[in-house]
Amino acid sequence: MPEVNGRWVADMKAPRTADNEESAEERARDFRPVDRGFTEEMAVAEAARCLRCKKPLCVEGCPVNINIPAFIEKIYEKDFGAGLDIIRESSMLPAICGRVCPQETQCEGKCIRGKKSEPVAIGQLERFLGDQPELASKPEMKPANGMKVAVIGSGPSGITCAGELARNGFDVTVFEAFFTGGGVLVYGIPEFRLPKAVVKREIDGLKEMGVKFEFNSVMGNLADAEELLGEKGFDAIYVATGAGLPKFLNIPGENLPNVFFANEYLTRVNLMKANQFPEFDTPTKHGKQVIVFGGGNVAMDAVRTAKRLGAERAIIAYRRTEDEMPARKAELHHAKAEGVEVMPLVSPLEFLKGEDGNVCGVRVQKMELGEPDESGRRRPVPIEGAIEEIPCDVAISAIGTNANPFAKKIGGMELNKWGYIVADEKTGRTSNPKIWAGGDIVTGAATVILAMGAGKAAAADMTTVLTGQE
Amino acid sequence: MYRILEKTQFSEKVFKFRIEAPEMAKHAHAGQFLMVRPNECGERVPFTFADWNAEEGWVEFIFMVVGKTTTMLSRYEEGDSLLDVTGPLGQPTEMGPGTWCVIGGGVGLAIAFPVARQLVETGHEVHAIMGARTKDLLLLEDQFRSILPEDHVHITTDDGSYGEKGVVTAPLERLLEAKAVDQVFCVGPVPMMKFSTLTAEKFDCPITASLNPIMVDGTGMCGCCRVEIAGETKFACVDGPDFDATKVDWDDLRARQAAYRTEEGQSLKAYEEANCACQR
Repeated sequence: MPEVNGRWVADMKAPRTADNEESAEERARDFRPVDRGFTEEMAVAEAARCLRCKKPLCVEGCPVNINIPAFIEKIYEKDFGAGLDIIRESSMLPAICGRVCPQETQCEGKCIRGKKSEPVAIGQLERFLGDQPELASKPEMKPANGMKVAVIGSGPSGITCAGELARNGFDVTVFEAFFTGGGVLVYGIPEFRLPKAVVKREIDGLKEMGVKFEFNSVMGNLADAEELLGEKGFDAIYVATGAGLPKFLNIPGENLPNVFFANEYLTRVNLMKANQFPEFDTPTKHGKQVIVFGGGNVAMDAVRTAKRLGAERAIIAYRRTEDEMPARKAELHHAKAEGVEVMPLVSPLEFLKGEDGNVCGVRVQKMELGEPDESGRRRPVPIEGAIEEIPCDVAISAIGTNANPFAKKIGGMELNKWGYIVADEKTGRTSNPKIWAGGDIVTGAATVILAMGAGKAAAADMTTVLTGQE
Repeated sequence: MYRILEKTQFSEKVFKFRIEAPEMAKHAHAGQFLMVRPNECGERVPFTFADWNAEEGWVEFIFMVVGKTTTMLSRYEEGDSLLDVTGPLGQPTEMGPGTWCVIGGGVGLAIAFPVARQLVETGHEVHAIMGARTKDLLLLEDQFRSILPEDHVHITTDDGSYGEKGVVTAPLERLLEAKAVDQVFCVGPVPMMKFSTLTAEKFDCPITASLNPIMVDGTGMCGCCRVEIAGETKFACVDGPDFDATKVDWDDLRARQAAYRTEEGQSLKAYEEANCACQR
């Protein structure tokens, strides 16, 4: 029993509550969410495992420092609304972050219980609350202050910033290039990992708070910074356009039909619903033998999507080993359970053209791990002469992204030589006193929670500066 | 929602829509394009601006019926709305000094016209070569004639049903031989662009082509539209669609354009059999 003589004693015997998952054989055939999330019973049992540390390391591990022990305590008390309110003091997107954060390197990685056994399932608990948004108290809204802010991009950073600004009394308009809001949350992360209904709920919540959305609006080609701050009458801009431009492998055959960048492969399915072709008009390729190059979440999402589109053999090929893969551990585990094959220590050399003109295979160089590099990870080095051909009818490159070109077109602020915006890490301030920026277009491809944290920090700083409290 | 203000039919399969889109009209340039998603279950399809008017707040594009989406679009009427229209996208056509020859083939004429018009407006001398398979498919002749001197409009049809019999390279060769042009712009089917390029190269005349690969997002995020330019990969949607035609890998472009032929057929068939999710 956790309470002994009025003092909290964690349930030290209880093992970590297992995830509530669909069976691998069933789920690998369609796009249903893999993880059903905790039931109330499971959540309360897991909450009992928390030690309620006086100096909670988990809070330090969270990029936005959610008061984790406090919300877990509320779950244990079954006061779910109060728990959610605690999270929302720091994070507006718990249903999303609970699902997609790499907890093992953040909050759960720091959890003291992880030292001897397994950490508390903080992500699952956060998600449990996030999935019951109706329990949260209505956010306190400051009266309108008469100032207008333009937010460019509706990914996690943009929507967080927009929500915070609206709460602070600003008249906020979000400009989004696509026909729907969410950025990578809708075009990149698949339904089986993040249901689109969850994203829609967040966007709808912002609309209820008075945030306006202008979709199909490619800023930079439509209005630029000068026009937004001039004739359009905005008092400030937050730029959160992300880093979505795919990196090339720069090897022969990269432009053959059926060789994809992961962004295209995922956008066709996630955003355009190509898995439902021809009911939906956008087609995709249903490869029987699919190989994906990369070791991050995008690579995992692509290979698991390939499996669901009917691949008999779906390979994730990475130039280091499983241990160095930057993907969320849970996704690697899910992928393997679904029958995805992991091929470590290979690097692509050339895509091969079949008789029909499409890709029919890939030549790979086998690698071994050498001395550690600057990042401290052991550098993969080619094994001389160890070259192999792997047949495939779809190949996907998921080796990362670069800054998208629209920050430059929006103009009015300093960029670095790679096209990222130069902005203060803590405040999001750019070289232009009326423009703030944050998320991947400042940091390069990172995580949802970091993008969100940047949006929140920028909103706070914008509020201070614009309302003259500085 | 983007209302169709006007629908014009040029021939059995070629139509023009005028769409209400004030912000887009204010920022459009010759050579740029827009993307249309007609309805909830629709795909995103790129169309180059045929015309626009910032004061009246509209943009126009011309399309030929070739598959499911264009068949469906051809059944939209004035007053109907398109769900999503995004633009302007891509880089505007660069218009250096000198005398220009603007070549348009088929529906490419709709893209060539605003380029020719803007060249004329900015003080260039312009020749236009208008190519079509047959007389019925020749677009915008009146518009070209209204901005160019009579002897600067050259018309060819494959079957000789109007103008000169043959393809666009014959008048191009004559113009180049006479040193009448300094710069060529071409847009149309791949073979037409490829052979125009070979002709221009013979005379060392610079030539620009507006490329038309398959696109998905049109903002540089996916790379579906990638093309090989002088051995380097470029994204037509953000780096183009205009490129130095002498550097284009035409076989690569053709192969990538054809990548979804089978699916395109399936989609059209499903539509005709009324099996698509939002039947119109």
